[in-house]
Amino acid sequence: MELERIFDDLRALVEDPSFPAVRRWLEANPQGKVVGHFQVFFPEEVAHAAGLLPVKIAGAGGTVQVRQADARIAAFVCSIVRSSLELALSGRLDFLSLMVVPNICDAARNGCGVWVRSFPQMRVETLYHPHNASSAHAVDYLVGEYRRIGRVIEELSGRPITEDALRASIALFNENRRLLREVYRIKRESPWLLSAVESYLLVRSAGLMPREEHNVLLRRVLELLPQRPAKKQDRIRVVFEGGFCEQPPLDMLAVIQNACYIVDDDLMIGLRWITEDVPLDGDPWRNLADSYLNRSSYSPVQRDPRKPKAEMLLRRIREAGAEAAIVAAAKMCEPGLEEQVHYSRALDGAGIPHLVMEFEETMTVFEQVGMEVETFAESLLFQFA
Amino acid sequence: MSTSAQEILGVSRREGRRLMELWWQRMTEAAQTGHPTAYVFVMAPLSELLLTFDFVINAPEITSLQTAIRGQSQAYIQLAEDYGFSPDICGYVKADVGVQLKEGEHPYGRVPRPALVVTNNVCNTYLKWAEFWEHYYGCPVFTFDLPGWRGRESLREGTEAFRETFENDCRYVLGQLRELIEVCERITGKSFDIDRFREHLREANRMAELYHAVCDTNRHIPAPFNAPLEGVTYQGIANLYRGTPEGTRYFELALEEMRERVRLGMAAVPDERFRLVLVGTACYSHFRRFVELFSSWGGVFVHSTYMVFAGGGFVPGFGYDLGRPLESFAEQMVRATYWGWTGAMFYQQEWLDRVVRDWKVDGICFHGVKSCRTTSTGLPDVREWMRVQRNVPGLFIQSDLVDPRLWSDAQIKNRVDAFFEALAAHKAAVGR
Ligand code: SF4
Ligand code: SF4
Repeated sequence: MELERIFDDLRALVEDPSFPAVRRWLEANPQGKVVGHFQVFFPEEVAHAAGLLPVKIAGAGGTVQVRQADARIAAFVCSIVRSSLELALSGRLDFLSLMVVPNICDAARNGCGVWVRSFPQMRVETLYHPHNASSAHAVDYLVGEYRRIGRVIEELSGRPITEDALRASIALFNENRRLLREVYRIKRESPWLLSAVESYLLVRSAGLMPREEHNVLLRRVLELLPQRPAKKQDRIRVVFEGGFCEQPPLDMLAVIQNACYIVDDDLMIGLRWITEDVPLDGDPWRNLADSYLNRSSYSPVQRDPRKPKAEMLLRRIREAGAEAAIVAAAKMCEPGLEEQVHYSRALDGAGIPHLVMEFEETMTVFEQVGMEVETFAESLLFQFA
Repeated sequence: MSTSAQEILGVSRREGRRLMELWWQRMTEAAQTGHPTAYVFVMAPLSELLLTFDFVINAPEITSLQTAIRGQSQAYIQLAEDYGFSPDICGYVKADVGVQLKEGEHPYGRVPRPALVVTNNVCNTYLKWAEFWEHYYGCPVFTFDLPGWRGRESLREGTEAFRETFENDCRYVLGQLRELIEVCERITGKSFDIDRFREHLREANRMAELYHAVCDTNRHIPAPFNAPLEGVTYQGIANLYRGTPEGTRYFELALEEMRERVRLGMAAVPDERFRLVLVGTACYSHFRRFVELFSSWGGVFVHSTYMVFAGGGFVPGFGYDLGRPLESFAEQMVRATYWGWTGAMFYQQEWLDRVVRDWKVDGICFHGVKSCRTTSTGLPDVREWMRVQRNVPGLFIQSDLVDPRLWSDAQIKNRVDAFFEALAAHKAAVGR
């Protein structure tokens, strides 16, 4: 079946630490340059408008043995920071001309210093998104910060980023975001048509291949999905929260989806951060900055008093028609673990059943998770029956 | 006021204790009377502004540290963990959460509730910490956003790129400063008095000069003070009394005392043999022991990165232009964030390089704090960089700031001892 083949290919792409789609792009564009960007959000349009390929660097999952990075980074740091560095130290990111690390947390920002020391030939930058998101000055500031990164990119590409080029890139990425919203609509409305692992592959692959190709792929998948001969099953509907940065292993998602429908989540939220079209009229830099702040999702690593995270989670649960939540956090992830406390208390307050768990991208054994989720789901099926 | 040589010895400790007690007295009174208290962090303390509005200032990192000094941190941490905080979360956060859950009851007094929290992202954990108070008290939280160190090329002074970045950051910080002033006015019902503000800036300028001068006395051999010991008092006063005449006076006395010690040849560690830098913090649940493991070998810490990033962000060249107080305040905040807080943390080899040379350092102790990714993530890498690029030996040990469960005495002692043996050989080899 075509759909199954597509998902198999995507899984192979996501689990291949040699970034095959990037290498294919470089073969077709021998002069092309690649910009790596760490979690969570990066305005990829800026790189695209200069003719560069933006690539999401989000750890290696369990696909790479972390050796060299462990000698450079303290042991009590989350896995994604170490495995992303390992990808670079082992030569797998030799195509990067620029690496951008947004200021999401202390581990990532500190890790940026390690990248700078480790790769004297590579340009490495920290990008500061505003944490005072409700300040009247935040948009102006972010325009300046985006232009700063834009200038670094212009130096690399040797060509200016014109407003028209930036608008064209925004239009391309708007289309991608629109298609991903469709994927999530299907997930919410008919989760039996699209498993959690499949929807995850659709999102994650956006950061690993040129968006032009990804849009074609998404359109095809969206055409095929309604024809899928799948039937609704009696499963509990949950929201999975905690995948904004380090990613849970695919097999962990598979174990969860055996017991419940994941009808919404924050997995790879950075690639879906902007929730509406970025306007095409007017100053495209400002539109990007404004959209980051004012047409966007939420995560534990952005502070915006207008979006209290616990309330946002309750809203996500409500809007997805979910009955329960799985509130996960990556091991050693300070912001994720701290948010878990508030999420959990808010869910208690709202009387929403939830399961709290920790994961690591390198996990390989899932019996325990499987049992916990099954017990949880069964108790709920019984409760809601 | 001049002080006799006899009186001056020990004055920084005595005065430090007195000022600390006075601060706790003010905090405890505020807890009783409800006098508005602002919570603020040691990286980006903003005291000059908050004092202009007569806030009592609570520095929760200091209160957390003190629970460990009193040997009581574990009980507080346990309360926070029972509340839901993971064992892997910053120990300072959890010690404070424990204090708050006990209605402010602290071994030194009572911590008042916050009328205002001014958080910032110099440590991103500050943002999450503030969210606890926000949930728990429903208090106003102002997020003072400070863009910091960006990478090797972007903050190279003198370039056009630097100028543009600096100006953009300063505009943002100045804009936020004005917004914060409005918040302070609303909470306290007082109007902003720029002349009072200017006076606090003037005192802070003087304090910054004196703070540097005190640090500089430790260039002398033997070093007159031990950075984690006396230094932690200096940091405390630099934060709690920043911008006040009491704070300035304290550093005048401390400087007098250190100069006197230098004159008399008095060493912080008798028979000083090894001059060290401490990167990161000490372990405060085992503070004496931590220092003793080094001093028993004749090792003195002549400086620490903690004295830089938690010592007020007084970067070299620090000084407010009193003619344009607000603008200058914003600029100094940005500079301190670039170099004093984030730069000294994430890209510290440049600072280390200079200190190793000017303070005549033999080796570096990198103390990884298990629950603090801000100070600790890249330490093994910096250690390697200093060894390979500069031939400066480094020791990497791990424990925590305040969580006694993470201190493993035998293991740490073994490593420290082995380090000193290697350091002695290294010193002999390089002819020092
Ligand atoms: S997983 Fe958490 S701690 Fe690690 S980089 Fe991401 S946000 Fe930071
Ligand atoms: S710097 Fe470290 S100890 Fe201090 S608040 Fe941040 S994480 Fe905690």
